[in-house]
Amino acid sequence: MEFRDVSKRYAGQLAVDQLSFKVPAGRICVLVGPSGSGKTTSLKMVNRLIEPTGGSILIDGRDVLREEPTALRRRIGYVIQQVGLFPHQTIAENVGTVPRLLGWPKERIAARTEQLLALVGLEPSRFALRYPAQLSGGERQRVGVARALAAEPPVMLMDEPFGAVDPIVRDRLQNEFLRIQRDQGTTVLFVTHDIDEAIKLGDRVAVMRGGKLVQYAPPAELLAHPVNAFVAEFVGSDRGLKRLVLLTVGGVDLDTTVARAAVSPNAPILSPASTLRDALVRMLASEAQVGIVVDRDRYLGVLTLSTIGRMIRDDT
Amino acid sequence: MTEGEPLIRWDWIASHLDEFAFRLGEHVELTVIAVGVGFVIAFALSLLILRAPRTEGPITAVTGTMYTIPSLALFALLIPYTGLTVVTAEIGLVSYTLLILVRNIVRGIRGVPADVREAAVGMGYAPREVLWRIELPLALAVIIAGVRLATISTIGLVTVTSLIGQGGFGFLILIGIQRFFTTELIAGAVLSVALAILADALLVLLQRRLTPWARAA
Ligand SMILES: Nc1ncnc2c1ncn2[C@@H]1O[C@H](COP(=O)(O)OP(=O)(O)OP(=O)(O)O)[C@@H](O)[C@H]1O
Ligand SMILES: [Mg+2]
Repeated sequence: MEFRDVSKRYAGQLAVDQLSFKVPAGRICVLVGPSGSGKTTSLKMVNRLIEPTGGSILIDGRDVLREEPTALRRRIGYVIQQVGLFPHQTIAENVGTVPRLLGWPKERIAARTEQLLALVGLEPSRFALRYPAQLSGGERQRVGVARALAAEPPVMLMDEPFGAVDPIVRDRLQNEFLRIQRDQGTTVLFVTHDIDEAIKLGDRVAVMRGGKLVQYAPPAELLAHPVNAFVAEFVGSDRGLKRLVLLTVGGVDLDTTVARAAVSPNAPILSPASTLRDALVRMLASEAQVGIVVDRDRYLGVLTLSTIGRMIRDDT
Repeated sequence: MTEGEPLIRWDWIASHLDEFAFRLGEHVELTVIAVGVGFVIAFALSLLILRAPRTEGPITAVTGTMYTIPSLALFALLIPYTGLTVVTAEIGLVSYTLLILVRNIVRGIRGVPADVREAAVGMGYAPREVLWRIELPLALAVIIAGVRLATISTIGLVTVTSLIGQGGFGFLILIGIQRFFTTELIAGAVLSVALAILADALLVLLQRRLTPWARAA
């Protein structure tokens, strides 16, 4: 997906100003920025809910403005900021919307609906026949995501899809979503104003301000090298800490000179796949200076607080 | 009313059940045609308003004026052209339904939440599908509320069309007045009111049937 000099003008005011960036196929690009920075407007120009004033948007090299809008939209999964479930349809009918529009056979729609509800953590037997008004805000948001995924679209547009769920469920949904996205190789344009969400989900992060693209980079680079004070402030003064989410225990140098038996018994056991942030939290919680890194049963070495400290400070 | 005669003569009522049934059929027919034709016209006008909002002012002005013309005056105006016929009666009855129906259809469809409409368009519903599958079902409660009002007021107005020979229960009222026969007059009035209440109840049931999601909340 590619934005080429895309602009949108409302009554003399530029809501989106000369936006250009590329999202590689199968990757997640997260648009972040303060309220009113043009995130939603940019997203809606992709499925032509809003027509750009200038520039072009390409999907698979084809200009969306040349495509028939309804056919285009059926190929693009869309999660809107306000969820927008159809109040007069059951949850199952809501989820089956695009497959129905595409003329799938009934049995296939039913099977897919059930699979998707389970996927987003809603027991099909309990939820399928309810109406949206009978769900909590968070449950509705999950239905919104399931509905967008229904026809396995190659491209997804998601506007703050996890905004209304509590942090624990959000974390689970994010992981679930990442798994599905990797599975299906979906190309995703994802809007949020939560920088932590952007760092966790994005292969690329586009920071917007006043309709302009301020920085477009992988999350690690954004944290390491914010291009200006605005981005630095936006990613937060704790950006070093945030970077720990992106690094795994297995990805840093371990101290292999210490024998396992010599390590204090209260040190936590860490797996190479866990993030440095999780490792740090567990080390602090157990008041140990080190963590024991074990891959299955094999002892790999110890992770020290000073190594983590170096990663927090390291700007390269 | 003649001296010593009771307000209601039950024996007269018992012996005129056939006539009541006949007048009921007439009353229902006049009402159903009026509301049916009125709905079709109002629906078309509403779509026009929704598509071209600047037509709303003129359409509201015209239907509003029709609504305020005294019914007798309207019939008097029409008789030279269409005579003492069903057509005359229906023109009057239909024109009285338009204001209410247009207002409710437009309000109902405009009341559909913007996010719901946007989701429908964004998922690839064609414009016509958005209207039939999303907007109309969601507007149904407000639209049926309009149909209920139009139906009740039409049932009342049909008693007036008896003056041009098309009256249903109104015919009983008219004859009752002419003959100073309270039994017939009261029978006509009571039956007309009863019909209005019954029709309203049926429409409420219909609405419940058609909007199961409204009860689920
Ligand atoms: N239909 C419209 N008419 C005029 N101005 C608009 C319209 N839609 C959006 N805007 C303006 O365009 C700018 C960008 O809006 P947009 O909805 O894209 O912001 P956003 O980044 O999604 O914000 P939020 O995080 O609050 O959702 C805002 O200043 C907004 O006021
Ligand atoms: Mg927005």
